[in-house]
Amino acid sequence: MMFVEPRAVTRWYHEWLAVLVALILTLLTASVLLAAIGLDPLSSLHRIFIKPLNSVYGISELLAKATPLITIGVALALGFRAGVWNIGAEGQLVMGGLCGGAVALAFWGIDGFWVMPLVLLGGTVGGLLWGAIPAFLKVRFNANEILVSLMLTYVAILLLSVMVHGPLRDPDGFNFPESRLFHDAATLPKLFSAGRGHLGFVFAIAFAIVGTWVVKRWHLGFEMRVTGLSASAAKFAGYSRDRTVWMALLIGGAISGFAGVVEVTGNIGQLVPTISPSYGFTAIIVAFLARLHPLAVIPAGLLVALSYLAGEAAQLSLGVPAASTQVFQGLLLFFLLGTSLFVNYRVRLGRVA
Amino acid sequence: MDYSLLSSILHAILVASTPLVFAGLGALIQERAGVLNLGIEGLMIVGALAGFATALAGYPLLVSVIAAALAGSALAAIFALLVLRLYANPVATGLALTLFGLGLSALAGAQYVGQAAPQVSVWTIPLLSQLPVVGHALFSHDPLVYLSILMAALLWWFLKKTRAGLILRAVGENHASAHSLGFSVMGIRFLAIAAGGALAGIGGSYLTLVQTPLFVEGMTAGRGWIALALVVFASWRPFRVIAGAYLFGSVTILQLHSQAFGISIPAQWLSMLPYLVTIMALVMISARGEKGLAAPGSLGKIFRVSR
Repeated sequence: MMFVEPRAVTRWYHEWLAVLVALILTLLTASVLLAAIGLDPLSSLHRIFIKPLNSVYGISELLAKATPLITIGVALALGFRAGVWNIGAEGQLVMGGLCGGAVALAFWGIDGFWVMPLVLLGGTVGGLLWGAIPAFLKVRFNANEILVSLMLTYVAILLLSVMVHGPLRDPDGFNFPESRLFHDAATLPKLFSAGRGHLGFVFAIAFAIVGTWVVKRWHLGFEMRVTGLSASAAKFAGYSRDRTVWMALLIGGAISGFAGVVEVTGNIGQLVPTISPSYGFTAIIVAFLARLHPLAVIPAGLLVALSYLAGEAAQLSLGVPAASTQVFQGLLLFFLLGTSLFVNYRVRLGRVA
Repeated sequence: MDYSLLSSILHAILVASTPLVFAGLGALIQERAGVLNLGIEGLMIVGALAGFATALAGYPLLVSVIAAALAGSALAAIFALLVLRLYANPVATGLALTLFGLGLSALAGAQYVGQAAPQVSVWTIPLLSQLPVVGHALFSHDPLVYLSILMAALLWWFLKKTRAGLILRAVGENHASAHSLGFSVMGIRFLAIAAGGALAGIGGSYLTLVQTPLFVEGMTAGRGWIALALVVFASWRPFRVIAGAYLFGSVTILQLHSQAFGISIPAQWLSMLPYLVTIMALVMISARGEKGLAAPGSLGKIFRVSR
């Protein structure tokens, strides 16, 4: 029989070895799946993972997809460290996009350096308020934040749909459920001549750096970590659980909202019924892939963004549904969680006494 | 009010609610054993595909439903392995299960898109189905509708009246005590997860075998998450899961018929209702914190035998 005992100290090289093993196992399983549907694994993997990156356009697209993943991943890494399960980042992203987009449309046609900051602020506040709802219900009524934030995601998506079908619809748009295109003063500049990579990526990197600093140097980061590791230790130290819940969900909501407004002003350029292919959910994988280290969210976000590009490439060049991205993401998360055992525990053979 | 319209609306509500009843019971049995499985959505859609593929291959309804149950159990076994043996975080593992199930079913189901499952025969209950208004609405359904109610009754009887059910509840309430009494926490949780996976798989198959009857990728459309909310709404009681599921089904169907009732607000506002009702129910149940209404004591906590 196998049994395990917790490791007293977690080693950083154990963590990265576990991630590496998980990646290798995922690629191996993906190869087996590709072979099972009659494709040559090596050339297929090359075609879907390497070829999309062979151009400025490809890199630019990668950065565009990685932007929301990294931004939200940083916020979730902080919250998960505190043991607050904000599963509704997707809804907070949508509210950020909706509120920021509404501000952009309200000031449509007005030029001024202050328009863009105001739009970004609008989105951030939208996400913040949406994150405040599960925080309030958790602190005041002890309602489970996983379920509340998740239910609010569906409400947010429906709210966006109501708005683009009604009040925010383009008056000259032949009744299509789309808003006007945002004007230049409310659009984030592109980074390259090709593709959709935009200034938001720079913000995402900045968030990862600030997030690292918060976790390592700020008392708030320490407090949240202690609360997540041991509720009783946190209580003993006089840290308030309510404060941690509030902080985790407000920060998560605000940053996810920011990611949403950056997505609509940088990437899409208008409000449409669907502004995110589940970035808010996928960012959860990013946070785990980074083992909840804000700085490691950058490579993790890039890698998961690559899985989106790979899904599109697989659809175009292999004729496989784009949803195979989710198979890859699911497998990766399975293996990451499985290999975590060896990071957190020492595995021994023998009998439990 | 036109009685035939009322009757057909009632009939449609039962059809819309049945997948939620199965999936809700599947989540419930796991949660009573202390396992929080956020992968219900993935289990449902894999069951939906397995049942559909079996029916298209020409097998009868019973075989299709068993195939869906087995597919759900098989996928749930991955979750069980990770959570029970490898002590993985259950929240993240459940999420991975949902992603994996949605992706796998889309990948394997691409070949079935556009085909239709054979019609399922209706079991009309003699005499009762002759009743005015409710006769057709309640007693003239496919066998799975009756099975869902039977399952709730069975689960209630199992949890409340049998020794095995008592042990399962003990594991869910306090796994350390159950372990020290000599019960196998791992074994019981594994069985609960497998059974829950089977029920969620059957719930998914109802969509492809009866409700639509087609397969489209991502067709569970969040029902797995609603099932999880239902269990909280039902305060972990099987019969209340039925009540909750029918409430949700009613809102879904009424929203489709809202214009017939002269309600002229955008459909999206009504679509929000089930989610808002869930949040309100969750808040009310959590706020009261009464004994017997609360969650199982060990729900979602990792159990590890220490040396």
